[in-house]
Amino acid sequence: MSGHTDMVLVDENGIRIDGRTAEEHRPIKIEAGVLNNADGSAYVEIGKNKVLAAVYGPRECHPRHLQNPTKAIIQCKYNMQAFSVSDRKRPGPDRRSIEISKIISEALEKVVLTELYPRASIDVYIEILQANAGTRCAGLTAASVALADAGIPMRDIVPAIAAGKADGHVLLDLNKEEDNYGQADVPIAIVPSTDEIVLLQMDGNMTREEFDHAIDLAVDACHSVYDIQRDALKRRYAKTRGGVEE
Amino acid sequence: MEKRNARHTRDVVVPGDILDGTGMKPGENAYVLDGKVRASVAGIRMVFQNTVGVIPFKGCYMPKSGDTVLGTIVDIGPSNWLVDIGAPYPAPLHVNEVPWKVEFGDTSRYLSVGNVVLLKVLSVDESKKIQVTMKDSGLRRIQGGRVVNVPHSKVSKVIGKSGKRITMLKNMTDCRMTVCQNGHIWLDGDEENADVLAGAIEIIAKNAQSDKLDDMIREFISSRLPQNEFDCYDDGEE
Repeated sequence: MSGHTDMVLVDENGIRIDGRTAEEHRPIKIEAGVLNNADGSAYVEIGKNKVLAAVYGPRECHPRHLQNPTKAIIQCKYNMQAFSVSDRKRPGPDRRSIEISKIISEALEKVVLTELYPRASIDVYIEILQANAGTRCAGLTAASVALADAGIPMRDIVPAIAAGKADGHVLLDLNKEEDNYGQADVPIAIVPSTDEIVLLQMDGNMTREEFDHAIDLAVDACHSVYDIQRDALKRRYAKTRGGVEE
Repeated sequence: MEKRNARHTRDVVVPGDILDGTGMKPGENAYVLDGKVRASVAGIRMVFQNTVGVIPFKGCYMPKSGDTVLGTIVDIGPSNWLVDIGAPYPAPLHVNEVPWKVEFGDTSRYLSVGNVVLLKVLSVDESKKIQVTMKDSGLRRIQGGRVVNVPHSKVSKVIGKSGKRITMLKNMTDCRMTVCQNGHIWLDGDEENADVLAGAIEIIAKNAQSDKLDDMIREFISSRLPQNEFDCYDDGEE
């Protein structure tokens, strides 16, 4: 958002530096149930982002003072690996990862039927293996697939994607260059069955019209991310359905 | 839980999928949104009479009153034991709920940490506080044998329709076994036989949705244990 570059992020034909049009998201690959020891897990690749999510629970909540007697709490931990970015990232929680952990767990609380498990805790671990802008969306996308894989009752699966503005164009799913040298970044997550927004942030500046357009783009794209998430889960279980599990 | 009705509609569903939009009632693991019944877990769509629900693939065990469960003692108090029964909550076993007369503070003389006990769930209230009892026929401290675990959603597959599969397993391997609702299975018999039975249970857990499950088990057991003609009876499809 802050940097300046001579790079042409969107050319005169409306094509971006990675060859996408303004309304196209990066290729997405999702695999559910990749880890054996977690109750549920998912691996997501969105362009060059690589994200692993694991879910434990519902289980007894520790520390005890966090317990809620009426519903389960969702404890989320978003962590970037030291090797996930080109300059080594100093390991450990920082201001940014604490914020992302919080917004992701709040987004997930809206869909998980937490009232079924009072006093319990559902733990979500998100590891960013490789980052290329849009990791909070990739993390949330992975986390919701992992929750469904763990068999945790939830209203719906949450897809997330970012929209933004770079070189004066409203773009979907910003990559690293567009994020760094662009004017705005708006990550969004929705509940597909109701189109409710469960995560919305904005970094940078846009006009109201641009913002509305960005939301429309992102909501549409969320539905296609949702299809990929569902497909990943169905593939996971189709494998174990009739035949022998590998 | 009539599998017969589920037969022709074995669709895999994931949370949020619409199960029915024609006015059926939501069954297990389903909820209603805008008049449409939707799934709340990943599993297999199941229709039973006027309700539509989902048989989950996975998920944690939630105790119901009346369940027989196998648990491990994890902590001892002066008047109760805490038992891990595989649920998200610990289950306290009070001294009044054991078949012995236990003095206050004398609990550790009867059951110690790590002991395995066969219990029954007395009650579960709305805040999921669990009460268990050992005062019923067959409930006891387990000694000898071994415990194997299956996901609790696969328990009905191990038992089979009206206990057919469990009878087959017992007859073919000549083992004693107790299948508990929380997915813990206690089995006892000759070392070799128990190994085979544990292997057969693993096959059931892995291939729970298979149509040829009984054949697979029969083949697995008879390839490892020589069978008498009359033991290995044929009981067709599950």
